[in-house]
Amino acid sequence: MAILSKEEAKSIIDKVLKYAKADETAVSVSGGRTGNIRYARNSVSTSGESNNLALAVTSVYGKRSGTATINEFDDASLEKTVRRAEEIAQLAPENPEYMPMLGPQTYLTTNPYSENTAKIDPEYRAKAAFDSLDPCRKKNLTAAGYMEDSTGFSAIGNSKGLFAYNRATSVDFTITVRTADGLGSGYAIRDVTDISKLSTKEATEIAMQKALASVSAKALEPGKYTVILEPAASVDLLQNMMGSMDGRSADEGRSFLSKKGGGTRLGEKLFDERVTIYSDPTNPEIPTSAFGGGGGGRFGGGADGRPQEKVTWVDKGVIKNMYYSRFWADKKGVKATPPPAAVIMQGGTQSLLDLIKSTEKGILVTRLWYIRAVDPQTLLYTGLTRDGTFYIENGQIKYPVKNFRFNESPVIMLNNLEAMGAPVRISGNLIPPLKIRDFTFSSLSDAV
Amino acid sequence: MNRRDFIQQAGWGVGALAASSIPIMGYAVPIERLLEPGLSVATKKQLADVALNAAKSRGATYTDVRIGRYLQQFVFTREKQVQNISNAESFGVGIRVIANGTWGFSATNDVTPDGIAKCAQTAVAIAKANSKIQTEPVVLAPQKGAGEVSWKTPLTKNAFEVPVKEKIDLLLRTNNAALTNGAGFVTSNLFMINEQKYFASTDGSYIDQDVHRIWPTFTVTAVDRAAGKFKTRDALSSPMGMGYEYMDGLASEKIPGPNGLVGYRNSYDIVEDATLAAKQAKEKMTAKSVPAGKYDLVLDPNHLGLTIHESVGHPTELDRVLGYEANYAGTSFATLDKWKTKSFKYGSDLVNIVADKKQAGSLGAVAFDDEGVPAKEWDLIKNGVLVNYQAIRDQVSILGEKESNGCCYADNWDSVQFQRMPNVSLRPSAEKRSVMDMIKGVEKGIYIIGRGSYSIDQQRYNFQFGGQLFYEIKNGEVVGMLDDVAYQANTQEFWNSCVQLCDKDDYRMFGSFFDGKGQPSQVSAVSHGSPTTRFNGVNVINTGRKI
Repeated sequence: MAILSKEEAKSIIDKVLKYAKADETAVSVSGGRTGNIRYARNSVSTSGESNNLALAVTSVYGKRSGTATINEFDDASLEKTVRRAEEIAQLAPENPEYMPMLGPQTYLTTNPYSENTAKIDPEYRAKAAFDSLDPCRKKNLTAAGYMEDSTGFSAIGNSKGLFAYNRATSVDFTITVRTADGLGSGYAIRDVTDISKLSTKEATEIAMQKALASVSAKALEPGKYTVILEPAASVDLLQNMMGSMDGRSADEGRSFLSKKGGGTRLGEKLFDERVTIYSDPTNPEIPTSAFGGGGGGRFGGGADGRPQEKVTWVDKGVIKNMYYSRFWADKKGVKATPPPAAVIMQGGTQSLLDLIKSTEKGILVTRLWYIRAVDPQTLLYTGLTRDGTFYIENGQIKYPVKNFRFNESPVIMLNNLEAMGAPVRISGNLIPPLKIRDFTFSSLSDAV
Repeated sequence: MNRRDFIQQAGWGVGALAASSIPIMGYAVPIERLLEPGLSVATKKQLADVALNAAKSRGATYTDVRIGRYLQQFVFTREKQVQNISNAESFGVGIRVIANGTWGFSATNDVTPDGIAKCAQTAVAIAKANSKIQTEPVVLAPQKGAGEVSWKTPLTKNAFEVPVKEKIDLLLRTNNAALTNGAGFVTSNLFMINEQKYFASTDGSYIDQDVHRIWPTFTVTAVDRAAGKFKTRDALSSPMGMGYEYMDGLASEKIPGPNGLVGYRNSYDIVEDATLAAKQAKEKMTAKSVPAGKYDLVLDPNHLGLTIHESVGHPTELDRVLGYEANYAGTSFATLDKWKTKSFKYGSDLVNIVADKKQAGSLGAVAFDDEGVPAKEWDLIKNGVLVNYQAIRDQVSILGEKESNGCCYADNWDSVQFQRMPNVSLRPSAEKRSVMDMIKGVEKGIYIIGRGSYSIDQQRYNFQFGGQLFYEIKNGEVVGMLDDVAYQANTQEFWNSCVQLCDKDDYRMFGSFFDGKGQPSQVSAVSHGSPTTRFNGVNVINTGRKI
């Protein structure tokens, strides 16, 4: 497998830097293995594995930069790649926003790697798929699922002495179970760093329960409802909102964080005071790379080597930080905080069941689907509920309901916060189940 | 570097404005590399035979091999500067086999006889490992071998041969046109792709294809800081299966519309469009917020293409209908039992929707698909009735058909090919009718142009679409611009409310350049032709909010 150790990666990067003649040179080397298994109609449909190892050299003359890449590591190939990057740089147009490379940085110690995950092989994947398929076949339910595992590393270094290395593993699993008559559908999603923490059987059993419980859904009138959004339902909306916290867009007047009359809404209270969102690469439940963020690829990293630190984005409902490119931060004289690789939303201690028990009338939402921005000014999004939507009355799930289309802004949603449960890991983040009042459902869908 | 390094990852670090991720496949290469020839056809045939023989000797009953060289040049600019120029090449071999009645797939960038033989063995091993938990053996529709053939996208200007300076100059001129006409910000991009694909199979096909695509696009933003408002207008171009000649901006390919609007057919004037975009983005600032209610919609081809894509293209994909995409994109309301009745009214009698892999200039145009099936044209909806699906070789037996209709595609050599959408287009009216003729007949309506926000459920019943430009129609006349418009409908009700189509002179293609599907996700490019079309009594909502 193409996993270089920290020492091996450093030795190659140092060798490449010795060939360099440009004003500045950066080297990134990364590699790994990704395997997957996909099944549908209770049978495996595709499965594959790919290995990759490559090195990229970026050479800079003044404000002109060029990048060349190679996947051969003999001395001659490495030197040729440096020369090629230098040639490309000299022919490139000037980038007026180019920022000089960073020197050595201090990084937090994080560990997003698991040996258990690194050991996954095709037989393991087939077994994981079987553990999910078998219970569905026995109950005459139809399973469609996908598991993807990745093991890899990313290292960067430059001519100013910066060096960073990260090794990471991840496993993503999703399962959709449908009843034979097509009238019920359930879903579960899991992601782990360490495969030993994933049971495809456990996740599948939840999807099976939801599939069976969602048969014969009743139609409710569209309108404003109290909803309990499971983390799988709220994560995308929160992710979209966080993705809009770029400082430059806010300064330029084209963000939900732009202020009427000019300036930004940094420091303003935009949400309920219980809303606190931060990132922390050392969190043991969702460890991430200690550098980079945004565009760094599957194994962490990122071109400029900025450290990922603990950053509070929203504190008690107040916007505390935005993220910046190094160019814009320099222009504005602010810290060049990179976008986070993952976030944590503080929650309460209640379980999802507790939230249901405390709900007089409401709707439990398993997940939201096909979410698209409607208005970037207000962060209005539309999308639909899917794979398990239930009506709650007097603290109990009463019956399944037909899916709804929603039109809602996460900004409005986080103002209408009723309660939060304990955060759980979802798509690499920690997000609590959220109880929200007046969530806007604008039409009904016949989809199951 | 990973094969799919996303410049714009759909993740925490990306603005909501950049909704779609743009996959860069392969490795950065010098620009000259994009013009160098790849392996000769004779060499590719020899290598392909290595794969076919190696898989057979391990017990495969069917094998296909794709030797692929995928070239990309993407140019990104904002305002007065170039942000990035990406030249990338991805080269390798993907081998797909059937062993023990089960598919196996493996890919390698070690394009040597040894590397290929090893890769073929891995594909067989994966097939055998998975066959242990398999319940249904693969049934592959027969396909007569094509022999040794080749095909190339008909083009007059290979985009990769056009100097990059010329492209940058054009984009910066575009940005300048927007800025001098009132835009606060503008980004413009040019995407060019060349797929050099060699396909061989145990059926006796050796097919060499050279496929070209291009997509110029921009986003213009107008900002009113005092009011704390901003509005955008995206390009009204279409991605095309053409060379750089698409950028010529030929007057003969322009279709004049009401209010100074211009429709572009097979040639695009990006500077003119950016000029109009800046003015229109400013006009949006003061446009009337739409009162919610029922309206008759007049939908321009540059808008309707996406509605066709989502509400007809995806639901008639047979793999979705059968449940292969249940865990991701979803299934379909257009079920086999509805199709079997031969009377399921998908739309009104006027609705004739055709699938094809042949239309000149379209993104889907090829001579053969990625499993050696010749390009075809067939009806999906005839006189409003659902008559067929999009299918590939391992599915058609389910329809009782003997031949695939040729919808197999993989986005790269290391992706396994699967069912992807062909061009899906709405036929124009045989009666002579222009947009102006159509608008004259509308009492209370909205004329919608351009691709906006779009969302549809996992079985393709309920959708909501926005657009780029909305004009209020009152008593047969366009009276002004509207804002905060989105329409919601049920697919079947919507297509049954289709009451009028313009003629062939108004017919234009819309395209989706990076359409995503599958796990792991793959992109594909597909065109949707249509004339301007009228739909009566559609529910329009107001999307304005305050935060």
